[in-house]
Amino acid sequence: MAIQVTDGNFDSEVLKCDLPVLVDFWAPWCGPCRAMGPIIDELAAEYTGQIKICKMNVDENSASPSKFGIRAIPTLILFKNGEVVDQTTGAVSKSSIKDMIAKKAL
Amino acid sequence: MKTYDAAVIGGGPAGITAALYLVRSGVRTVLVEKLSPGGQVLMTEDIENYPGFPKAIKGYELVDKFVEHLAAYEFDRMNDEVREMTPVDGGFRILVGAEPIVAKTVILCSGARYKRVGIPGEELYTGKGVSYCALCDGNFFKGKTVAVIGGGNSALEESLYLSRLVDKLYLIHRRDDFRGAKCYQDKCFTHPKIDVLRSTIVDEIVGDPFKGVTGVKLANVKSGEKSNLPVDGVFIFVGFEPTASFVPEALKRDKNGFVITDCEMLTNLPGFFAAGDVRSKNCRQVATAVGDGATAATAAHAYLERLHV
Repeated sequence: MAIQVTDGNFDSEVLKCDLPVLVDFWAPWCGPCRAMGPIIDELAAEYTGQIKICKMNVDENSASPSKFGIRAIPTLILFKNGEVVDQTTGAVSKSSIKDMIAKKAL
Repeated sequence: MKTYDAAVIGGGPAGITAALYLVRSGVRTVLVEKLSPGGQVLMTEDIENYPGFPKAIKGYELVDKFVEHLAAYEFDRMNDEVREMTPVDGGFRILVGAEPIVAKTVILCSGARYKRVGIPGEELYTGKGVSYCALCDGNFFKGKTVAVIGGGNSALEESLYLSRLVDKLYLIHRRDDFRGAKCYQDKCFTHPKIDVLRSTIVDEIVGDPFKGVTGVKLANVKSGEKSNLPVDGVFIFVGFEPTASFVPEALKRDKNGFVITDCEMLTNLPGFFAAGDVRSKNCRQVATAVGDGATAATAAHAYLERLHV
């Protein structure tokens, strides 16, 4: 399962993490986010130890999404050493997320 | 390589119904969906015209019911996107993610997606103020000013949804007359928060890399007059395009790319059926998708019976 992060622990869980981190910004009222949820959890299991995979509920946390200029969800942001290395908006397939991870994070 | 009697491509209402009918007829079926099931229904707030739900049902609730209905049956499901489809001896070879499978018949239910307008700034600011889903992104524009581009049912319906959240909404349409249903037109035209700009096109979406969208450049198609309109977001509903980049080249399509079928959902390729929004037709609704799916599955089943004789 992906780890739920909040504005409170975003710094320690995401920005200061030694591993690359993929964050899924989502909300319960967003259909495409619901469609992607299970895929994000599958990826979390597949990449254990290689990449940390997190979800942030933008309904409950507004500071981090606004810091990264997010105004549409689902948005996925890939972080490496606290820096944004790639970003995508809208529901995308598992293979295209794996491609993004292979190109930018591994 | 895994082989099947039937491959259903897409897990929206058409695909779910097709899979249900095929599995119940004892056909060895695989259902391929790139995300989790539901399709565009998940982007719809309330569904008020699907029989059986007189008080309307939320898009995601209907999807949950569809999925629950299918859960009782055992068959293969693949959770990735189709990259390529080629006719081969005995059926079709389908590349799902990195895994090839072969199926004797295919029912294509891959649906449609919102069309891009193709103006400067649209791609650059997608996710940064440009959106194609009011239900997903409306909340980011609470108390703000937005523009909606389009003149059909989606543009009107989504404007009404957004008007509950935003402070001001400009509905921008390139023609004088709207195509959308009269009942939505009346509500939009009299809404205190909605200003309708007719015969107007958006030339460009402008913004800044940090703040995202800051406005749109407009042109009146009759007078040629240009103007700037400051907005915080742009919602685009200018029609649909089929999700069919991966289908065999020989498959016949209409001028907009939708797949042409007969009334049994059969395409020009023997054994290849299409159902739901991806098909060339006028009425794209959950009710018609479900009907297409059942029709296609029944025709595919008959096709398989003839093969096996």
